[in-house]
Amino acid sequence: MEYYLSLFVRAIFIENIALVFFLGMCTFIAISKKIETSLGLGIAVVVVQTITVPVNNLIYQFLLADGALAWAGFPEVDLSFLGLLSYIGVIAAMVQILEMFLDKYVPALYNSLGVFLPLITVNCAILGGSLFMVNRSYNFSESIVYGLGSGVGWAIAIVVLAGIREKMKYSDVPEGLRGLGITFITVGLMSLGFMSFGGISL
Amino acid sequence: MSNVKEILFGPLFSNNPIGLQILGICSALAVTTKMSVAIVMCIALTVVTAFSNLFISMIRNRIPSSIRIIVQMTIIASLVIVVDQVLGAVAYDISKQLSVFVGLIITNCIVMGRAEAFAMQNPPGLSFLDGIGNGLGYSVVLMSVAAIRELFGSGSMFGIEILPLVSQGGWYTPMGMMLLPPSAFFIIGLLIWALRVWRKEQVEAAEFKIGPHTAMSHS
Repeated sequence: MEYYLSLFVRAIFIENIALVFFLGMCTFIAISKKIETSLGLGIAVVVVQTITVPVNNLIYQFLLADGALAWAGFPEVDLSFLGLLSYIGVIAAMVQILEMFLDKYVPALYNSLGVFLPLITVNCAILGGSLFMVNRSYNFSESIVYGLGSGVGWAIAIVVLAGIREKMKYSDVPEGLRGLGITFITVGLMSLGFMSFGGISL
Repeated sequence: MSNVKEILFGPLFSNNPIGLQILGICSALAVTTKMSVAIVMCIALTVVTAFSNLFISMIRNRIPSSIRIIVQMTIIASLVIVVDQVLGAVAYDISKQLSVFVGLIITNCIVMGRAEAFAMQNPPGLSFLDGIGNGLGYSVVLMSVAAIRELFGSGSMFGIEILPLVSQGGWYTPMGMMLLPPSAFFIIGLLIWALRVWRKEQVEAAEFKIGPHTAMSHS
């Protein structure tokens, strides 16, 4: 139990997927002007990440990895080069299914997430999560914890950035630095802050 | 002919994918600690963008618009798999250092964005050039960030020693911070500032204006 807890905390803080690995940066910068919208996007990422990382883990373990097709009578087949194609397919399909499911059963959440759900398909934090899962050879239960943790880490980072940007729009920023430039500097400072978690040993 | 020039060189400075369109930032930050790694990433991305633009533009009139995203994704993902396999065979060390970031070219918004915004409306030849142009625009930013980070972080460029380090009997104390993630954000922020001082028209409008400083009723 303690092992999973430390994996979870590490995924949120020490290896924060947005501020340490720079994943999902495009949406991170583009959709962080208001706390409300960034919170919606953050929740959507958590949900999708928690579903897709374990699903991709199952697909990798039972279909793609070297010798994984032994149960079907093909022990020498290695399909791991198809990984990228199948992960992105799973992600696109999951997002679509989630969208239909929410539309039918939880319309309130569906309406509040709105355009963010389809956007998530091309959020590299999601694909990155699956690739890291394969890279570090997590098993099924680890991948659930990692999916949840990395999603939460990304959500925290975007909400915090949105909070700072909401205040910052009243400040007097030099002309050329306005907008995109100062946002990068802010994210850099946040990332510097998150570096300090690196000293925690779990 | 000026059209071709505009498409090829426009993205370098006046319509830079990273500086202005906010596309493809993730990998720009993560793979820039060494120039040799960054240049491989640049080549990989330019190749993928150019060919995905070419192929998507070739079949653009046959793709039903309702499933176009999935068709584009499939083409891009297949190209990235090819690049990934080639890198693994030719430059194994560098492909290990790039780790997941080659795979992440799939979701790099430059590729998808150009496919959607340019290749779907234009003939194959022009789309190919547009892909190369945007790849170059990305490379300019990536290589300048990598040059700054490697020069000040480890005193070398492409692994060749420029500033002799203290640890090897030289005089230069490396800035360890340059090799850490936050420095990439600062450098890109400052590069954007520099670009916008040079090209005034890219400056964003302010949401709020600070009122003039008025000294009233004190005297």
